[in-house]
Amino acid sequence: MEALKKELKENIIEVLNLEDLTIEDVNDDDALFGDGLGLDSIDALELIVMLDKDYGIKLTDPSEGREIFKSVEVLATYITENRTK
Amino acid sequence: MNSVYIHSGVSISAQNTFEEGIKEVEELKFTENSQVKAFKINYKEFLSPIASRRMATGVKMGVVAAKKVIQKAGEDTVDAIITGTGLGCVEDSEKFLNAVIDNDEQFLTPTSFIQSTHNTVAAQIALSIKNKGYNMTYVNGANSFEAALLDGMLLLNEENETVLVGGVDELGKRFINDYEKIYQQDVSFSEGANFFTLGARKKENSIAQLLNVEVFQEIDEDNLLKKIASFLEENSLKVSDIDAVILGINGDAYDSYYQKIQSELFTDTTQLKYKNLSGEFFTASAFGFYVATELLNKQELPTNCFFNSVKKEDYKTVLLYNQYLGKQHSLVLLTSC
Amino acid sequence: MANGVAITGMGIISSIGNTVEENLQSLLSESDGISTIENIATRHANNIKVGEIKLSNEELAKLLALDNFEKYSRTTLLGAIAAKQAIESANINDVNQYKTGFISSTSVGGMDLTEKYCNTFFDAPRNEQFINSHNASESTQQIASFIGLTDFVTTISTACSSAANAIMLGARLIKAKKLDRVIVGGTDGLSKFTLNGFKTLMILSDKKSQPFDKNRKGLNLGEGAAYLVLESEEVVAKENKKVLAFLSGYANANDAHHQTASSEEGEGAFLAMKKALKLADLETSVIDYINAHGTGTPNNDASESEALKRIFEEVPIFSSTKAYTGHTLAAAGGIEAVFSILALKEQKAFANLNFADEIEKTQLKPTTKTVEKEIKHVLSNSFGFGGNCSTLIFSKV
Repeated sequence: MEALKKELKENIIEVLNLEDLTIEDVNDDDALFGDGLGLDSIDALELIVMLDKDYGIKLTDPSEGREIFKSVEVLATYITENRTK
Repeated sequence: MNSVYIHSGVSISAQNTFEEGIKEVEELKFTENSQVKAFKINYKEFLSPIASRRMATGVKMGVVAAKKVIQKAGEDTVDAIITGTGLGCVEDSEKFLNAVIDNDEQFLTPTSFIQSTHNTVAAQIALSIKNKGYNMTYVNGANSFEAALLDGMLLLNEENETVLVGGVDELGKRFINDYEKIYQQDVSFSEGANFFTLGARKKENSIAQLLNVEVFQEIDEDNLLKKIASFLEENSLKVSDIDAVILGINGDAYDSYYQKIQSELFTDTTQLKYKNLSGEFFTASAFGFYVATELLNKQELPTNCFFNSVKKEDYKTVLLYNQYLGKQHSLVLLTSC
Repeated sequence: MANGVAITGMGIISSIGNTVEENLQSLLSESDGISTIENIATRHANNIKVGEIKLSNEELAKLLALDNFEKYSRTTLLGAIAAKQAIESANINDVNQYKTGFISSTSVGGMDLTEKYCNTFFDAPRNEQFINSHNASESTQQIASFIGLTDFVTTISTACSSAANAIMLGARLIKAKKLDRVIVGGTDGLSKFTLNGFKTLMILSDKKSQPFDKNRKGLNLGEGAAYLVLESEEVVAKENKKVLAFLSGYANANDAHHQTASSEEGEGAFLAMKKALKLADLETSVIDYINAHGTGTPNNDASESEALKRIFEEVPIFSSTKAYTGHTLAAAGGIEAVFSILALKEQKAFANLNFADEIEKTQLKPTTKTVEKEIKHVLSNSFGFGGNCSTLIFSKV
């Protein structure tokens, strides 16, 4: 789980071009959207593709992402439970 | 249509014009595959990391030039944002196109697509300064910037006070290499963002007066002479009233258009060029416009801007003429204020 | 503004018809042009529906009597067909008789050719000509040459509001007496680039789109072109021209909210409608029909509904015709301008197909039938990426 969380942080920083951040800046419980990292709806779509590409999880409705992308912690748990690769 | 005033100009180009304007500038030497990127600017001074993380070169150049030129005019905002761009957001277009082809339509992400539309620069300027006014983007190749200028003039004749007009193009990574293989010219391909604020009324810090703009798609060389004569006449001017003519000479086969008016119309006029400094791109003529404002204000330019040896005591009225591959011509008339 | 700028000609090609008359018949018989994609090989074929014109590029070129169809992008061919019709419908024999302009708009330009040849530009000498197909002015230039215009030519690209802006610029140039006559509109062919782009935004419906419906899933992309001919009062008087309608109002505003999404309160749309009404000097109560942008995406329709409610005390009869044609991107404002003029001519408000239930929050119900009614003024909205919002108002002669 810790390894997955680290991997997720690295990927989020890379995929979303958050070049000023390091994985140490992102806490497991930080809100990714809104007041936390300040991600937006386009980032959510980027993360949906990441889920599909890296973990074989397909979301068809972007609104499903709202809960899943709450924090790195929540996302890691969801991936662990649903991954197909 | 009434003439309008230019309140400020900012140039991001292959030269360090952003900081220094046109000073002693270096000529860009053309060698094979010598695309010249815009002079490096510290964009972080103007853009927060969260705002800039999706921005390609052209968007960064455009937004920063826009912010600075509005500031320079002493304004908080403008009534309208108008951009001209030849190839638009070509970096992101190429990126998304490559992804579609290389990944066979799978695992594609939206960022490069949404940033690829031609109006991204104007849109991002509006977003960054929270401007809800008129917003427009012209994409007509080599006279995209002049179409934007014309629109700006129209707007200022329609009850608007201040408009932002700019030309912006980025090199990109892919198509430019293809262009380079088929087009022979003496200057490098480059990129830049040249932005201006225009106003309906003269202000203390106005830098020049914009008298008229005309764009036309095609013309033959003989008719060009007539076209210029009637353009000047429309503004009650004669050839002898033009102190300097600023030409988009780039060393390709279509320089014959410039040669025609250099040798038949403007023999006693100071002739200037600028693409040896800016490089060639679809909105390089916006750099030419910047050169014109610099000449009117400083009354001098570096020696490598001058094409002939005719010099004038006083540079008051300037004509710009540009075309690319014999198409997409533009005439712009400026005078000092 | 007294009457506005005279519209004396129009031309259109869309998935519901190759001519103005064919488009009208489809609108009246409430038959859409939404189908499974055939002309483009895409892996999404079974997951999307499109407003595709079922003619190959070769067949389109035949309509124009052009040889060597391979030279032209789909965007050019569609545009040339619509522009030619517009000129014919305005009874113009010599396009250069007056100071005439051509203002086209496109979002993809020659993307179909770019997609096809970008890896093989130098494999054969003939492929080199396609290097310039990415340049958005290329289609404009080709259409201008086809119709014989060499003077004032320009291209606008403000995503999905492009053609509305082209129409607006044309009117302004006539009013400023820079032009006597101008052909204005837009053209866009379907391409893999846009299909996949909208797919990544997850706003493509796998069914026929349902504008303004509570359960709408997204849009259907479409393709097409439409142009209007605008003429100055002097030309109309001198030539004793029949005027189809007047463009009485127009405006452009920016939502300044997000690169692609519209603000919840529809600020940009609200401002565009407000400014257009003001320019036309019309009260909201005299608008008889609204041809909405209504793409069928959750975001657009919610935002546009809010804007309509903000501007109109009582929202007049309205519909989105995108359920017929699909969303034709840069051409949409032109296609819907033609539909707005047809609404004035026929005194009919066209049906909003596939609608069942109102959006809970706004409770707006578009007309689900084509209805006959007195129509003097039609308001047409076109919005695009980058917060671009434009409104046109067409008035009966």
